Amino acid sequence: MRTSIRVGALAMATAATLLMSGCSATAGGGDDGPVKLNYWAWAPNLEKVVDIWNEKNPDIQVTVQKQDGGDPAITKLLTAIKAGSGAPDLIQAEYQKIPTLVSSDALADLSEYGADDIEDSFAAGVWDSVTLGSDAIYAIPQDSGPMMFYYRADIFEELGLAVPTTWDEYAEVARAVHAADPAKYLGTFSSNDAGWFTGMAQQAGASWWGIDGEAWSVDIAQTPTETVAGYWGGLVEEGVIDNKPMYTPEWNAGLNNGEQVGWLSAVWAPGVLGGNAADTTGLWKAAPMPQWDVDAPATGNWGGSSTAVTTQSKHQEAATEFATWLNTDEEAVQALVTTSGIYPADAAQAKAVLTAPPEFFSNQPEFYDIAADVAATVSPFTYGPNVNVAYSAYNDEFAKAAEAKTQSAFLAAVEAMQEITTADMKKSGFTVK
Amino acid sequence: MTVTEAPVATRSSTPPVRRGRGTFRTRVLVPYAMLAPGIILFVAFMAAPIVYTLFLSFQKTKVSGLGLGAGARSTVFAGIDNYVTTLTNTEFGASVGRVLLYGFILIPLMLGLALLFALLLDSRRTRAAGFSRTAIFLPYAVPAVISSLLWGFLYLPAVSPFYFVFDTLGWDVPSLLSAGGVTFAIANIALWGGVGFNMIVMYTSLKSVPSDIYEAAKLDGASEVQIALRIKVPIIAPAIVMTALFSMVATLQVFAEPTTLRPLTNSLSTSWSPLMLVYRDAFTRDDIYSAAATSIVIALVTFAFSFLFLRVVQKRAFGQED
Repeated sequence: MRTSIRVGALAMATAATLLMSGCSATAGGGDDGPVKLNYWAWAPNLEKVVDIWNEKNPDIQVTVQKQDGGDPAITKLLTAIKAGSGAPDLIQAEYQKIPTLVSSDALADLSEYGADDIEDSFAAGVWDSVTLGSDAIYAIPQDSGPMMFYYRADIFEELGLAVPTTWDEYAEVARAVHAADPAKYLGTFSSNDAGWFTGMAQQAGASWWGIDGEAWSVDIAQTPTETVAGYWGGLVEEGVIDNKPMYTPEWNAGLNNGEQVGWLSAVWAPGVLGGNAADTTGLWKAAPMPQWDVDAPATGNWGGSSTAVTTQSKHQEAATEFATWLNTDEEAVQALVTTSGIYPADAAQAKAVLTAPPEFFSNQPEFYDIAADVAATVSPFTYGPNVNVAYSAYNDEFAKAAEAKTQSAFLAAVEAMQEITTADMKKSGFTVK
Repeated sequence: MTVTEAPVATRSSTPPVRRGRGTFRTRVLVPYAMLAPGIILFVAFMAAPIVYTLFLSFQKTKVSGLGLGAGARSTVFAGIDNYVTTLTNTEFGASVGRVLLYGFILIPLMLGLALLFALLLDSRRTRAAGFSRTAIFLPYAVPAVISSLLWGFLYLPAVSPFYFVFDTLGWDVPSLLSAGGVTFAIANIALWGGVGFNMIVMYTSLKSVPSDIYEAAKLDGASEVQIALRIKVPIIAPAIVMTALFSMVATLQVFAEPTTLRPLTNSLSTSWSPLMLVYRDAFTRDDIYSAAATSIVIALVTFAFSFLFLRVVQKRAFGQED
């Protein structure tokens, strides 16, 4: 109900500006009136940010059409592309969906409209995800989810533990935490969250897909990912890391009652912790991820999305202009942070805008300084055209491994992911090396 | 009957040719006009989707090269490729095996309990029958997704009041969401929701039995238990067969319960049941074509099962009606 009122209000505002510009635009715009753009997105309160644009740009009016989330919006878009009509001008697309969309010819190449001017605003790892390593630019990065390590500072202090800076230290701390209280774990290995594991593999230097000339390569079963899987398999086998999925009522309770002492998550974690573990306000702290190589600090991305222009849009240039403004303009980014609560991909703007820590982390005033340092170290990673298949293979194979609780099962799961992903690409007809 | 008599009536009166033609046309068209809403709805929402699914099942996506950009992806005729893939897919075989085991646990228990409750409610000594009937039926009104969420909470040791009690008593009860218990966990949810519905079907059937049969049995010295087993059960056998058939079809189509429980455990794969496999292929893997082929296979298997079952039991259950 509320959305429909809001949409109605927006429509009226649009109609009003339409009338007004209809009187004044006779000189320039011809008699078509302002360009109207539809924008499918699910970021909370995004329409308020778009209102700022609409007020300043009577010639390009953008309407946000609220979507349920990343997956349903993409499924809808792919259907519209297949049908030949019905797609919006702009869509919020998660980074891992971009190759799938490009492969279905759903996204316009924005390099024609000058989108390459803003390349320097983004970390190289993020920019790679929207170009797929080519000269084309398929989307403008909006937010990113650099991974960080969150821990209960009070419990660490009580047990006399230092914040781990390497994965070896993380394993030691995990053993100490579990030894002090068998109900407590430093973390859990979740077979439900493929994006989480991808981020960890990314940190270790993995890039699961690659373009090599005219062929794709699938590089899941290689040293970086095997190292990560073997590491977690070892800890789960030892019993010092939990094997239950994240985002269950049980896990939520564990975050709140101190049984989950740490969480390897991303910069958006304060929102989740605030919602699920309200009793622990002020007890958590954030730190950079434990490292494989302390001399070359790295992290992965968990989550994050971009603004893309569809091939069905009749106003691709105007849409690019809007997408660029939305994600790099100071006022827009400020509004995205304050009203939509995202962590902007634009590094310079992020630093300028994010000065106070999130409410849940008021005990750590330097929260966003840490985040900014971490964000600069995101490793490059190339997603392929069948991320969905690899992710569902992750769910199934690592569920089996987590249940089996053996290191060998974790390594077998990596092999199986590689096999399933490659077989699917070959079956569809992709040239795979 | 009235339609065949109509010409006789016209013949007896003066025969105006034009009126006769009109009647003829009406006679032919009126039934179709009356059937039209049903036919249109059937064609639009049943026949057309089935035909379209068949059509999709013989196609596949063909990508060339890197598959990036315009024209890299096309839809081509696949022959029976998708069917071969489905039938040779070990995941599909495993999922069918799992739901068969699930049905083997669920159906006898559910129908047994439903029959027991129906007979108890129908026996003359029962008190508070109306209340009990509603109480047993009520879970059926809870949507499967909601009941799965409810039971999901009860299954998770850390948040379950049951496990709190077990812990207090010092019992070490394994989690029902572990690999060995998850089939029982899902069967339990379906049992909780399904007993009431099946009980109502059987109970309604019992109510339509004339009471003088029971009086006659009583006079012959039959006990309540004997009446139940020797008279009531055979009489409502067709109702029992029908509930068994519905339950079998529902078993092969189980989807909501395992899908809702899946995020809570490592023991449920995305292809646990055949329909979950179809859903995953269609909406997670974007392969609507092989999903269509798998759907057709599931529909055929369901048909085959239903017919076989009816053939086996029909003689015995509906014998008196022939």
